[in-house]
Amino acid sequence: MKEALLCLKNVSKAFDGKTVLDSLDLDILDGEFITLLGPSGCGKTTLLRLMAGFELPDTGSVTLSGHDITHAAPEHRPLNTVFQNYALFPHMSVYDNVGYGLKMEKRPKDEIRQRVSDVLAMVQLQDFARRKPHQLSGGQQQRVAIARAVVKRPQLLLLDEPLSALDYKLRRTMQVELKRLQRELGITFVFVTHDQEEALSMSDRVVVLKDGEIQQLGTPREIYERPANLFTARFVGETNLFPGYLAAVNDRAITLDILGLRRTLQKPAFTVREGEQVNVLLRPEDIRVLAPEDDHGLAGKVVERNYKGSTLDSVIHLEDGTEVLASEFFDEDDPTFDYRLGEPVRVSWVDGWEWLLPVEPEPVNEEAEGLAADA
Amino acid sequence: MSRWLPKIYLTLVYVLLYLPILVLVVFSFNGSRTGYRWGGLSLEWYESLFNNHAMVQAMWNSLWLALAAATVSTIIGALTALALHRYRFRGKRMLRGMLFVVMMSPEIVLAISLLALFLLVGLQLGFVSLLLAHVTFCLPFVVITVMARLSGFDESLPEAARDLGANDFTMTRTVLIPVIMPALLAGWLLGFTLSLDDVVVSTFVSGPSYEILPLRIYSMVRVGLKPEVNALGTLLLLFSLTMLMLSQWILTRSK
Amino acid sequence: MHRVLQQPFKTAVLVLVWGWLLLLVLTPNLLVVGASVMTRDPGTFLSLPLNLDSYRQLFDPLYLDVFLNSLYMAAVTTIFCLLIGYPFAWALSGLGKQRQTLLIFLMIVPFWTNSLVRTYALKLLLATNGLINNALMGMGLIDEPLKMLYTEGAVIVGLVYLLLPFMILPLYSVFDDLRQELLMASHDLGAGKLSTFLHVTIPLTLPGVLAGVMLVLLPAMGLFFVADILGGSRNLLVGNVIKNQFLDARDWPFGAAASILLTVAMAVLLLAHRLSQRRLGEEAQT
Repeated sequence: MKEALLCLKNVSKAFDGKTVLDSLDLDILDGEFITLLGPSGCGKTTLLRLMAGFELPDTGSVTLSGHDITHAAPEHRPLNTVFQNYALFPHMSVYDNVGYGLKMEKRPKDEIRQRVSDVLAMVQLQDFARRKPHQLSGGQQQRVAIARAVVKRPQLLLLDEPLSALDYKLRRTMQVELKRLQRELGITFVFVTHDQEEALSMSDRVVVLKDGEIQQLGTPREIYERPANLFTARFVGETNLFPGYLAAVNDRAITLDILGLRRTLQKPAFTVREGEQVNVLLRPEDIRVLAPEDDHGLAGKVVERNYKGSTLDSVIHLEDGTEVLASEFFDEDDPTFDYRLGEPVRVSWVDGWEWLLPVEPEPVNEEAEGLAADA
Repeated sequence: MSRWLPKIYLTLVYVLLYLPILVLVVFSFNGSRTGYRWGGLSLEWYESLFNNHAMVQAMWNSLWLALAAATVSTIIGALTALALHRYRFRGKRMLRGMLFVVMMSPEIVLAISLLALFLLVGLQLGFVSLLLAHVTFCLPFVVITVMARLSGFDESLPEAARDLGANDFTMTRTVLIPVIMPALLAGWLLGFTLSLDDVVVSTFVSGPSYEILPLRIYSMVRVGLKPEVNALGTLLLLFSLTMLMLSQWILTRSK
Repeated sequence: MHRVLQQPFKTAVLVLVWGWLLLLVLTPNLLVVGASVMTRDPGTFLSLPLNLDSYRQLFDPLYLDVFLNSLYMAAVTTIFCLLIGYPFAWALSGLGKQRQTLLIFLMIVPFWTNSLVRTYALKLLLATNGLINNALMGMGLIDEPLKMLYTEGAVIVGLVYLLLPFMILPLYSVFDDLRQELLMASHDLGAGKLSTFLHVTIPLTLPGVLAGVMLVLLPAMGLFFVADILGGSRNLLVGNVIKNQFLDARDWPFGAAASILLTVAMAVLLLAHRLSQRRLGEEAQT
């Protein structure tokens, strides 16, 4: 279970002089469900295509169970892909689509028939074998695509945003389905998505990518609760960012001044010096909204209230202009729970729920950059 | 009223478009010798058509030529379209541009340039010169027909085939060609018809050794009226209609 | 794109197609350019010295007349095709999808029928004792048959008849692409029918118009057999001149120069088409 199945070492790839992957190292463990997560253009699809053999790296190597497959053609790699738009052969029936890979292996007809019907039963499509892909719904096509890839019993299944074409409800169903399949088959899944919710809920491990570099590699919980940098923190879920001034640093503890609020916290893993700044990160669900007369917390007023079903989300403007996002679960017994717009409140959090990051040189705002390029 | 106006207009244009053809078909069964007056039903002209040995020979010649030209231009055109679609290479824009120019340039310009070439290299005018010329003017039409199909082609299909273990050749045979088959068929049919119909280029590059139908018709219709032409025209119409229906049938069946 | 290429296959295809085009398109056209600056020779067709006499000959009043008349007939043909084809394509695009397919099919059927035969069919209608004259006289509308065959008008009718589909198809394709929402947006923003037509429909269908003009105007100067069959010996096209120089008069340099005239005309039209497309492309971006 803990052995590395696929190893990428020092892999770089550039298209037309533009670097897409920058000397990247990644070990994929046998049997795990690993997700490559990142915004579009981060290199996640290229990384997947490198594993599949559709692209060759400019430098570095790819090894599968110890064999170097860096330059092997796609047809010679014992791994299979589920494509974003399924890529079902339109001129073949479901049966022929699923049987295609086995036919390429020149398996006997009986074996093909047996294995195709087994795998179709597994994805509950045994009654659709004679249909053409265009006669199926999106979800059914998706299942055919998965069946076609897993019928070859690959060591590794690569999934390139396979759920992005489905609507929300179907996506949820397929997420559960995919997890079930992965458990049953015991195949390693490499899953590409830009949807952080999907990544967190499905994966054993998540790789957060940006500009061709790995930002963080860890379990969903680590990624969410202990982001390695500001990018990961912001990309995975909503985040409140407070400036923290290091008023005192001791052996184990530090004292922070956060917009006038003094807190004594545990010393973080990175080095801190008195008089420096750090970033204090708090997820919206960690924020507590308190009555204005409360004596601790930061003063502000409610500027937005959004009812989200299970939670109530508010935007609070602090006195210095900082915006704070708070997401609270309903507490029907609390009469003071609901706030009116403009109502003064205080925001606070339980000590220890915050996460500290060093101050990074802030990169140019990417959205602004993108807009400038369009104009 | 304004709802009907477009429909009336469309009908009128179609009537004008089909009137000459209708007249031709009706007169092909005309028993009168003078050609303009109705002289009762007769198959006389069909008979005299098939008794005309030179005419039948020209028909076969044209048919073979069209078959060969359509097939060769479909093969080269499809390969070119694939190369343009799949590969990056230097001079790609120029290749596209050149094909476009060939398609747009007046036939007569192509005709005399080919005549000049054939005379220069000493090629005897006949089947080969006709074939080379016909393939040349059919080529761009096949390329754009196949390119149009390829542009709607899901790029991940070939990759899926490779991923499942097919090498480039097997992928081409089992996925690429079947998927673009309708376009190949359409391109072939277009080439076949263009070749069968061509007068301008053939006038220049054909020789006495290989007489083809359009030139035979041309020499007949230049002066006066030849009722056999009515019969021949009707047969050609029937032939192209059959071909068109056949292709439509194949296309709808392959969907 | 596929990074894993089959290099030999790619090379073979490119060599084949480039070879074909260089040998059968580029070389022959260079030969024509060469021929146009050589001197006429009864024995070998061409001989030295090089000169521009044949280009001067293009301006000989005798030929200039033919060229201008041919251009005039081609222009009239194009205008008629446009006048018939534009409303036609517009009306067609307003019908249901299935009916459109059927009607386009019907539009193509004549195109799949031999053009010589169709030209000949017109002769049946237009001749002095042809069907139209017979019908008109039968109805007592005229006493003497009208002279329709072997006139300029007959040639134009023939050209329009043969070339109309080439005008309609590109027009139809732009009307088909002209998204209904654009027209609705225009109405929604307060434009009336006429100003929507002037400011939205016409500019957006312009590339189709130019493509149609290109597909009609040039062949209308080259289709010598139409003039031969319907125009008699007088109403000649540029195509007839070129054909006569090459096949009968054996004056290759002059024939070549006349053909280059057509090529230049094509180049001008291609340029205009390109510019109109580029203009639309730029407008779409801003």
